[in-house]
Amino acid sequence: MQLFLPIADIPVNVFLILAMGAAVGFVSGMFGIGGGFLMTPLLIFVGITPAVAVASVASHIAASSFSGAIFYWRRRAIDPLLAAVLLSGGVIGTALGVWTFTQLRALGQLDLMIALSYVVLLSAVGGLMFWEGLRAIMRARRGIASSMRRPGSHGWIHGLPLKIRFKRSKIYLSVIPVVAVGIIIGFIGAVMGIGGGFILVPIMIYLLRVPTSTVIGTSMVLTLVTMVFATMLHAVTNHLVDAVLALILMVGGVTGAQFGARAGQKIRGEHLRLLLGLLILAVGIRFAIELGIKPDDLFTIRETGDGG
Amino acid sequence: MIARHCLAVIFAALTLCAAFAIRPADAERLIVSVSNHRVTVTPNYSGEELVLFGSVEKDASTPAGGADYDLVVTVSGPLADMVTRRKERKFGIWINTDYRQFLKVPTYLALFSNRPFDAIASPEVQRRQQLGLNNVLLTQRVGPDYADVVPNDAFRSAFVRLRSERGLYREATSAVTFLTPTLFRTEIPLPAEVPIGRYDVEIKLFSDGALVAQTVTSFEIVKVGFEQFVATSARQNGFVYGLATAFMALMTGWMASIVFRKD
Repeated sequence: MQLFLPIADIPVNVFLILAMGAAVGFVSGMFGIGGGFLMTPLLIFVGITPAVAVASVASHIAASSFSGAIFYWRRRAIDPLLAAVLLSGGVIGTALGVWTFTQLRALGQLDLMIALSYVVLLSAVGGLMFWEGLRAIMRARRGIASSMRRPGSHGWIHGLPLKIRFKRSKIYLSVIPVVAVGIIIGFIGAVMGIGGGFILVPIMIYLLRVPTSTVIGTSMVLTLVTMVFATMLHAVTNHLVDAVLALILMVGGVTGAQFGARAGQKIRGEHLRLLLGLLILAVGIRFAIELGIKPDDLFTIRETGDGG
Repeated sequence: MIARHCLAVIFAALTLCAAFAIRPADAERLIVSVSNHRVTVTPNYSGEELVLFGSVEKDASTPAGGADYDLVVTVSGPLADMVTRRKERKFGIWINTDYRQFLKVPTYLALFSNRPFDAIASPEVQRRQQLGLNNVLLTQRVGPDYADVVPNDAFRSAFVRLRSERGLYREATSAVTFLTPTLFRTEIPLPAEVPIGRYDVEIKLFSDGALVAQTVTSFEIVKVGFEQFVATSARQNGFVYGLATAFMALMTGWMASIVFRKD
């Protein structure tokens, strides 16, 4: 069934977009990530301009993460205090990121910067997660208890002042690294046009030692708020949010996310990390290959204004 | 300065006289009509085809016997600025290095004729009347200057090729058919991803390699109903539109969690 999109100005197959939304929604519900780094390239591949894709995906991620957040809230798997502290940093980071984005665009190499940061970030994060997951599985196989939450392995982060007790997560942690993580995620999210969940989850697990039980739900809250913020920002500044496209993506996305969240609860933590690591690594490698091989067409056209 | 101006005026007058000498003014008149002057884009729009009809009207001063006519139809869509970029291998990766800016070029451009342009007119006339994609003026910004370049310029040909691949630029030298020696028709195919706006249709009649008559008509492509409502509210009430979209997102997420709630 073909449908003409009012902002993107092209007809698309509704079922194809629904299926894409559902697939990405499943992944996002399972791993507690927004899935923007998967959805945006998919939409561009279908023929939607990058600007409209990025803007519309933001609202799609908001819907997916809200549905996911409700799911985790019922299971008491969200730490509200931790989410609030992260968010305070996230807002600052987003503002900084938007400013940097504008500066980079003025320099004229924004596309390259985005592609390079995708490659570096996705490969690094994906590779690390994959390796960690693999080691955890090996340890479990050999019957050695996980060393992840061994006391005394706290490091310098746990020596910082301004400590708060995050009750739901059962951790006692300084707010400084939490706010810093929020700033970094907000910044990366704004510059790369993604929610940043796939970076936030590993940072929370490995750096802040937040237990896996509250990591996903809490990161979803952060994703939800930043994506609602991003939707507003895109709608006000560039008028490029396609509500019809977003609605189709949402319907597919939230459905997928529900099943994804259930599937995620059934899979063991280290397996989940291994799978997510593989997925992120695969996307990173795909971007690397794209940069490395000779493109089919050396030329590209982009509309820059309506000639007025 | 003044002398030079006078010279220019005299030269222009002479050229005009020469033109009139070859053919009397308004010997032929073109009457044309497009099958639809207002193409509406609805949710199930996926491309359309318009038909242009026309006839050549002769008056008493037209030489008897009736020469063979040639017809060229140029359809140009709304104008836009575009950038063509070229990738090059640097440090082992392919990055955009060089680019050309095209200023106020048509987003849709179609040229139709009844036979190859080379058969219709001399290269000089083809260039002056912009017959064919190779001769259409596509203004580029070259440093501080504005100019079109030679047709085989890498950026220009890449631009035309990429637009043609998307069905937005096209050239068909057998698309115009003469039903009788004076009655003609041609189809104007509009692709699915058609730019919204006003389209100018320029019809030029040639005889013996010279332009004898021309006329223009136009049609517009508009969004209607829901599409238009969404498009205009996104543009004019960005904040409200954003709020509505964000609210829609939250509602969808909430609905899903109710629908799929098992416990």
